[in-house]
Amino acid sequence: MKINKLYLGLLGFALIAPTILYPVFLMKVLCFALFACAFNLLLGFVGLLSFGHAVFLGTGGYVTGYLMMNTGITPELGILCGTAAAALLGAFYGKLSVKREGIYFAMVTLALAQLMFFVYLQAPFTGGEDGMQGVPRGELFGLIDLSDNMAMYYFVLAVFVFGFWLIHRTIHSPFGQVLKAIRENEPRAVSLGYNVNDYKWVAFIISSALAGLAGSTKTLVFQLASLTDVHWHMSGEVVLMTLVGGMGTILGPLVGAGVVVGIQNYLSGGELGNYLHIIMGAIFVICVLAFRSGIVGEINKVIKRNFSS
Amino acid sequence: MVTFLGINLFGLSGQLLVGLINGSFYALLSLGLAIIFGLLKIINFAQGALYMVGAFIAWMALQYMGINYWAALIIVPLLVGVIGVLMERYLLRPIANEDHLYSLLLTFGIALILQGAFTHGFGSSGLSYAIPAELKGGTKLPFMYLPNYRAWIIVASITVCFGTWWMIEKTKLGAYLRAGTENPQMMQAFGINVPLIVTLTFGFGVALAGLAGVMAAPVYAVSPEMGSNMLIVVFAIVVIGGMGSIGGAILTGLGMGVVEGLTKYFYPEASTTIIFLVMVVVLLLKPAGLFGKEA
Repeated sequence: MKINKLYLGLLGFALIAPTILYPVFLMKVLCFALFACAFNLLLGFVGLLSFGHAVFLGTGGYVTGYLMMNTGITPELGILCGTAAAALLGAFYGKLSVKREGIYFAMVTLALAQLMFFVYLQAPFTGGEDGMQGVPRGELFGLIDLSDNMAMYYFVLAVFVFGFWLIHRTIHSPFGQVLKAIRENEPRAVSLGYNVNDYKWVAFIISSALAGLAGSTKTLVFQLASLTDVHWHMSGEVVLMTLVGGMGTILGPLVGAGVVVGIQNYLSGGELGNYLHIIMGAIFVICVLAFRSGIVGEINKVIKRNFSS
Repeated sequence: MVTFLGINLFGLSGQLLVGLINGSFYALLSLGLAIIFGLLKIINFAQGALYMVGAFIAWMALQYMGINYWAALIIVPLLVGVIGVLMERYLLRPIANEDHLYSLLLTFGIALILQGAFTHGFGSSGLSYAIPAELKGGTKLPFMYLPNYRAWIIVASITVCFGTWWMIEKTKLGAYLRAGTENPQMMQAFGINVPLIVTLTFGFGVALAGLAGVMAAPVYAVSPEMGSNMLIVVFAIVVIGGMGSIGGAILTGLGMGVVEGLTKYFYPEASTTIIFLVMVVVLLLKPAGLFGKEA
């Protein structure tokens, strides 16, 4: 019950936040938080490090962007199509990558993502290096004009809450328990008769679909879909967010996304902007050496209560 | 124009040569990865960045200190090797008992730092490195022109690769290395200094990347991005070959370079993606990789 109070408190804060903080910044945080939560479902709860998750973010973004610009469908349908495209790609990539474990899994996902990076780089519809610019936000259900940042913010919040709820439900379902069992001891899960690869595959699809949802939403927020979202740097960033926040905790990716996006926003304005990648790399190294549980993980240790259970 | 069955032999052999050159670098880098993986069970994400650092050190040595190519061939791998030794000793060793995932993330962070630092210092456009005077010019073969420097790269990298293979398979030092791969505890019990061997192995694997960097400097533009693009391709090659054998890593590296070269000739649009597509096919047909040993 206490945890529910925490969630309600956060939701309450999110509802009034745009009166205190810049809404576009908050939307960016929410999109990346959803992306990181989706990623963490694989890393934190199945123990699979996908190093190419940006491909799903970017695919969702491109498909939504293309449809919004060329067909004039409503944003919720655009997002739905982007999510479905990411899920489809995830179904194919997941089937391939769950054949390998551990380090190989990371390399396979990275290489598969790079494959799509080159496809998007060459394909005519993505706009190549320039990307898709000026994607219209459209009118939600044909009624609510999303070009207003406040309306957009509450829509993004609703999308995030839905994604977060879905992940929460997945983790606490019997299915999620099997995933955790696989993370803890895969041979034992196999010996208990679970088809481990199928479980990993389904988790992969859920994760890629939600990453696609984050990407689709992000495209609407920034009215832009570009190669940045498919680049391996982006895949690295989501790993960093999860690591900073605390992998395997439910709230970790949200906190991590807030911290990383906050640092990026702060640095890109000032003269330290040139050092952005160096600083990101340094945070990686420091986190791994001294801070492996992440922010939420450390808080859990201090108050001896586990938010993830 | 020499043609055979409608194929322009000049064009084809030219692309094959480019393929073999790329393959030489793939082989050197994946060999380094395989050696490190054997003992440490980690993939060094910084391998590409260290290859880039190797190229930059060679460039800086020539530019600021007048150290020529031949000296750089010796000095740079040593320097990069020292960077590797320090990395292993002070960053990787403290977390050696944690999940290998963390080591991977650590090396990724180091790669970001190195790439960011060189981008900051030199910008992202490429710098050029002159081909050494001794290797300028080329040889005219019946169906193609073979630049001497390119021939040198292929010969040198194949020599280094197979020299390394011979050292690991046939010498006493190599026997220690293989024993360490099989069972480090047992080897420690026999009184062999395993941590030292681990450190030196990491240094050597990384030095190979430095060597590749020096050799690459005159053919590719020396730029901060050169390593990361290369490394992702090398990862795909490692997945294709499987990390079971040193010889497999070398052969897959060279072979994939040739495949890439052929694609550039027959269907240039797919030349950037072909190796990844081969990886997809291999994952479908033989998930453990062509030379892989695990199930």
